[in-house]
Amino acid sequence: MSKVTLSHEEGKQVLNKLKEDLFRPLKNHKGFQLWALFLALMLMLFAYAYFIQLRDGLGVTAMRDYVSWGAYIANFVFFIAVALIGMLISAVLGLLNIEWIKPISRIAEIIAVSMAAVAGLVIVFDMGRPDRLHHVFLYGRFQSPIFWDVTVVTTYTAISALLLLIPMIPDAAIMKNSLTGLPKWQMKIYELLSLNFKGTKEQYQLLHKGMRILLITIIPVAFAIHTVTSWLFASSLRYGWDSSVFGPYFVSGAFVAGSAAVIIAMYFFRKNYGLKDYLTDFHFDKMNRLLVLTSLVYLYFNINEFLVPGYKMKTGDAIHLAQLFTGHFGIMFWLVQIFGLILPILLLLFKEMRKPLPSMLIAIFVLLGAWFKRYLIVIPTQLHPHLPIQNVPEEFTTYIPTGVEIFVILGPMILALIIGTILAKIFPIMPIWEVAESKGVSIETINKEFESEKK
Amino acid sequence: MSQDTHQNELNENTPNSRRDFLRVGLALGLGAAAGGAAILTGYKEETAKTKMFTNDGHTVALNEEHLNELQQDEPLSLNELQRRGRNGIKGKRWVMVIDLSKCRNARQCMSACQAAHHLKPEQHHINVYRMQDSENTAPYFQPKPCMHCDNPPCTKVCPVDATFKREDGIVLIDNERCIGCRICVAACPYSARVFNWSEPKKIDGDDEKVYDVELNVPQKKGTITKCLFSADRLRIGLLPYCASACPNGVYWFGDENEDAVTNGTSKETIRFTELLRDNAGYTLMPELGTKPRVYYLPAKNRLFPFEFNGKTNLDEEDAPHLFHS
Repeated sequence: MSKVTLSHEEGKQVLNKLKEDLFRPLKNHKGFQLWALFLALMLMLFAYAYFIQLRDGLGVTAMRDYVSWGAYIANFVFFIAVALIGMLISAVLGLLNIEWIKPISRIAEIIAVSMAAVAGLVIVFDMGRPDRLHHVFLYGRFQSPIFWDVTVVTTYTAISALLLLIPMIPDAAIMKNSLTGLPKWQMKIYELLSLNFKGTKEQYQLLHKGMRILLITIIPVAFAIHTVTSWLFASSLRYGWDSSVFGPYFVSGAFVAGSAAVIIAMYFFRKNYGLKDYLTDFHFDKMNRLLVLTSLVYLYFNINEFLVPGYKMKTGDAIHLAQLFTGHFGIMFWLVQIFGLILPILLLLFKEMRKPLPSMLIAIFVLLGAWFKRYLIVIPTQLHPHLPIQNVPEEFTTYIPTGVEIFVILGPMILALIIGTILAKIFPIMPIWEVAESKGVSIETINKEFESEKK
Repeated sequence: MSQDTHQNELNENTPNSRRDFLRVGLALGLGAAAGGAAILTGYKEETAKTKMFTNDGHTVALNEEHLNELQQDEPLSLNELQRRGRNGIKGKRWVMVIDLSKCRNARQCMSACQAAHHLKPEQHHINVYRMQDSENTAPYFQPKPCMHCDNPPCTKVCPVDATFKREDGIVLIDNERCIGCRICVAACPYSARVFNWSEPKKIDGDDEKVYDVELNVPQKKGTITKCLFSADRLRIGLLPYCASACPNGVYWFGDENEDAVTNGTSKETIRFTELLRDNAGYTLMPELGTKPRVYYLPAKNRLFPFEFNGKTNLDEEDAPHLFHS
């Protein structure tokens, strides 16, 4: 993209159009109420399902003593995975000064914040005694992977929230000055968030410095969060989990899931928010290239994860692999590998496929595949422990999620969508000042926005 | 140890006073004590012994201190039970030896254990497996309690110290603290852990009972339960429920520090190290580094031929590893 600085008048025009386009969805827009109603309904269904689980115990799920971690834990891993995209886009690509992420970075951060915030809850929904959650803080043991997980999930959520809010400061200042006709509380939020930003040199310096510190910090935190999540499994002695590549295997898989989620979200905002001029074919092309890159890395780890034990065929590994390749989980396994990984890589090699609509459809497959991939990581291993499964009822030897369980799985997704919807409803979906800057609007022109009093 | 055993054996047929009989009958309620007091040692210097007559006609010697415990009208408070439950029994290093050559899948161990700990039929603190190591080797029955590992993977991963290793070697679960995350289930390679997926089995009066971490009763919904080496029985000098219930002499139980184990069926007490040495004792999956406190004697010279549901060999369901080459 060219870096020609526009004159004040031209810049003002670009900026005004940008404001108009990005502020429009903050006011009432078509279909929003229907969407809100749908979310509220689903939330109520979830609440009812969870109530049943609280009342009757985890026995209402299909989990039993052998598969004692079921789809809830797979769901948790999925949430953490998708949340990592915030770090990849904002921090890794941001620190490399990659220009095309400017209109995407906030979408990625909203995904990161909503998924990470809900991930913690997913674990609570899986607990046998959620009423004893405070025990983790009262009696927390540093040696437990769960303790590490709680620590890093909270840290990652906090830093992601800051990475969402700090670039929001100048935007909040603009909104405070130019938005009208919104409820008082909303205007109050903008005023608070603007932190009295006036575009002085020091303020910009502080802003950039703060961002830089956060962007650097979040990289190790993000690696930690998903590596620790993988250690929940890899720290055990079970076949299929007892693997030394689980950390990078999980982290690389996370970027695949997250990239797909961003592409889907981009498509939605482009259509629904009318942002064709900002989320262009160019941006989709770039994001899809990123998806291919992350998928190739993930494919590499998949090959390691299956080929190495498959070559040796240790007794337990052999049973595990047989179950995945040709056994009980065979169909799911190959659907996930082919439609969630291999075909997307091949298809996205074609330029036409990297256009918004086809790539969004591909991304849906990738995201679905990502969820079931986690299911395949969590469940099959538990069905073949070291010692045989004997003298227990039939239901202990299989696992198919129950109806209640499915709603408690959907619940967190609804919660994440609610958080995302609220954030995308009260904040512009792109950082106005950064996008304006990348479109060549001069700082002086942007600064005018902070000074102008409300007319 | 052996001195004590002899005394019990000597007393076995001595008639006892009526008063003693009543006291014991009231105190024990059940006739489960049998000769289990053989392992009651380490207290003998300090306190006087009282001979007690059990309902099934045996005499046991308990020291006064424990008699008081049995006769207490006021049960211990939760705090007191929790404190002593975490500390364990001083000076002991409990071990179990399971003689596979004697097991014929009678499952008395399983039912005695389930009755004692108020477990449902599908909840096994101890389970008897049908095993076969390879195609040409003979199948055998293998009782499997918790291994009470000296390097327990389960206690390591617990986020709240709800499951813990005591100084007498026992791994317990505190269901007053357990948050039900089940990472210990994932960590345990011996499938020793069981979860209360729904409202646990309640036996009359369980609701009023003070929770005893050494018995893990009353069971609680949403928490883990597991084999406790019958810590409550060891405290009053009795052998574990499973060992006492076995009709076939499979179980030896005792104290590694004293190098003595007592057979749950015959009540014979012998040297622990000699038993292992002379019979090629081993542990399950030693390669995992868990250091089990439960030892096995190989299933050689079996007392009973292997038979299960009319079959004398294992099928794919029981031994899938035999069918994946």
